[in-house]
Amino acid sequence: MNPKKKYSNFNATLAIAKASFRSILRSPSAVVFTLAFPLIFIIVFANLGGSPVTVDVAVAKGCDTINPVYKALQSIKMVNLIKDKSAADMEKDLSKGAVDAIIDIKANGTFNPAAASQGPLATVNVKYTKASNKGGILRSVLDNITNKINVMKNGNEPSLVTVSETTITGREYKYIDFILPGMLGFSLMGSGVFGTAFVFLSLRLTLVIKRFFATPVRKYSIVLGEALARLTFALLGALILILIGHYVFGFTLIHGVTTVVNMLVLSALGLIIFMGFGFTISGIAKNESTVPPLSNIVTLPQFLLSGTFFSTTAFPAWLQIISKILPLTYLNDAMRKVAFEGAGIADVSHQLLILGIWFIVIYAIAVKTFKWE
Amino acid sequence: MSEKPIITVNNLVKNYGDFKAVKGISFEVYEGEIFGLLGPNGAGKTTTLEIIETLRDKTSGEITVDGFNIDTDADSIKQIIGVQLQAAGYYPNLNLSELINLFSGLYGIEKSPAEMLEKVALTEKAKAKYKDLSGGQKQRFSIATTLINNPRIIFLDEPTTGLDPQARRNLWDLIREIRDSGTTVVITTHYMDEAEELCDRVAFVDGGRIIGIDTPNNFIDNLVASGFERKKQVKLANLEDVFIDMTGKEWREG
Repeated sequence: MNPKKKYSNFNATLAIAKASFRSILRSPSAVVFTLAFPLIFIIVFANLGGSPVTVDVAVAKGCDTINPVYKALQSIKMVNLIKDKSAADMEKDLSKGAVDAIIDIKANGTFNPAAASQGPLATVNVKYTKASNKGGILRSVLDNITNKINVMKNGNEPSLVTVSETTITGREYKYIDFILPGMLGFSLMGSGVFGTAFVFLSLRLTLVIKRFFATPVRKYSIVLGEALARLTFALLGALILILIGHYVFGFTLIHGVTTVVNMLVLSALGLIIFMGFGFTISGIAKNESTVPPLSNIVTLPQFLLSGTFFSTTAFPAWLQIISKILPLTYLNDAMRKVAFEGAGIADVSHQLLILGIWFIVIYAIAVKTFKWE
Repeated sequence: MSEKPIITVNNLVKNYGDFKAVKGISFEVYEGEIFGLLGPNGAGKTTTLEIIETLRDKTSGEITVDGFNIDTDADSIKQIIGVQLQAAGYYPNLNLSELINLFSGLYGIEKSPAEMLEKVALTEKAKAKYKDLSGGQKQRFSIATTLINNPRIIFLDEPTTGLDPQARRNLWDLIREIRDSGTTVVITTHYMDEAEELCDRVAFVDGGRIIGIDTPNNFIDNLVASGFERKKQVKLANLEDVFIDMTGKEWREG
């Protein structure tokens, strides 16, 4: 026989990775979870304009709130007046389009009938942003209000109110910029939790792993090979989602390729953590029918509470506490900061720290619960 | 036959908690023979086999496989054995060629899938999935995967269970070919006609103990010599012979 070659664990790992990658590509559920579902959600949510429009208007500090214009704005349901923000936050939100305008009403003294001519009694300073297209709505609302008030004056009386507006430039924060990072999280979580749990459970139940053990392959090669394949697949999926999002839906990539790379790094970290859940479930599950309920227990709350489809700021405080525990919240957070604000990996160290804690916790559990046979 | 032991099992014991599955088994398998482990379900056949295959830890006893001690050299043993598990599946969504490639990678050797599939007459199924094969084809493929690393010994755990008579005969031919090419075969089965036909020597296992080792012929002769007689007069043919005669030896891919 030919002289014995030294056995290579590396080659064995690659052989498993290759087999696993092929298998994943041919598994309809993997492709559906990683690509089809996120794309469908993006299309549905991106076109879901039917929700009632509200215009978020930040009220500047020192704004005259007893003015009739302010009172009129208060009575209009469509206008959401926000008062509890600092001036700096307001400007930031305005440039992101998180608020649609900043309003500051100033009273110019009281009406003096004796005066021959008098300037307007109130000035409404409105600052719009290019980052939001709802400024126009506010503008017509204000026109309406001021017209009504001004009509009440008699010939020589001064205008009661004038509107003075400025528009700042900001980046438009489109819905796709919100939903796409969330969908990446969805895709990674589906693949990491469901995919890993199903594959390892079925490899265990069908004795594939046991048969592997009759070969010289090491245990770590099996886990590593599987992880490598899933990572490759999930990152390819993430890349496709980002590219479709960018070219079809106008997803913002501030620093171009750098942003994409940063997003893929985050995706990899997220997937590794979610795979920890998958390993744990594959160990706990007795058969294939217990995988979906267990996986849903892990994934569903996170899809709903981690800001995947809608911002967690809309939640009541007690619900926010829960969402502040979940790993997907931090992945989504980091992803949005990187994608939209152009943050680097170092700028999201807070999110990474919490993800790191999750990594340690979940893999500690996974090591305890994982079963080989 | 040279009668040179290739597997030596000495006083093997396996306990699962309080349950004693194997209670001090000793036997030898000779190089180049087909050795059968026979016995009812739960007798300890599969446990014994899996311990020799390095898949299970033993409680006590000594085992040597082709000169390698199982306690100190399990990795060397894995390199020179081929294992077919009872009711094992294969990696999902892969075709037969890809599965052979996977196993070649696991063994760290280069083997062409075509060559392996040809050995078990599955060349035409190279692109088929394992789950789409017939029962006989599945077993032949399983045997192909045991041969990838040119093993000195292969272990087959109930390879013919659930097969029709033609597929069974076809598999016997394959197993004999493997033996004739120099590979030792250890097999378990519930079918005594199969053991009688195929095995050079058999060991009867019951209740975790070996209650006899000999060639099938000697066992039968000894029983007859002790005055045993079948209740029904044995005819020169049995119903399986009729089945084969009527449906033909030709094996159907079903």
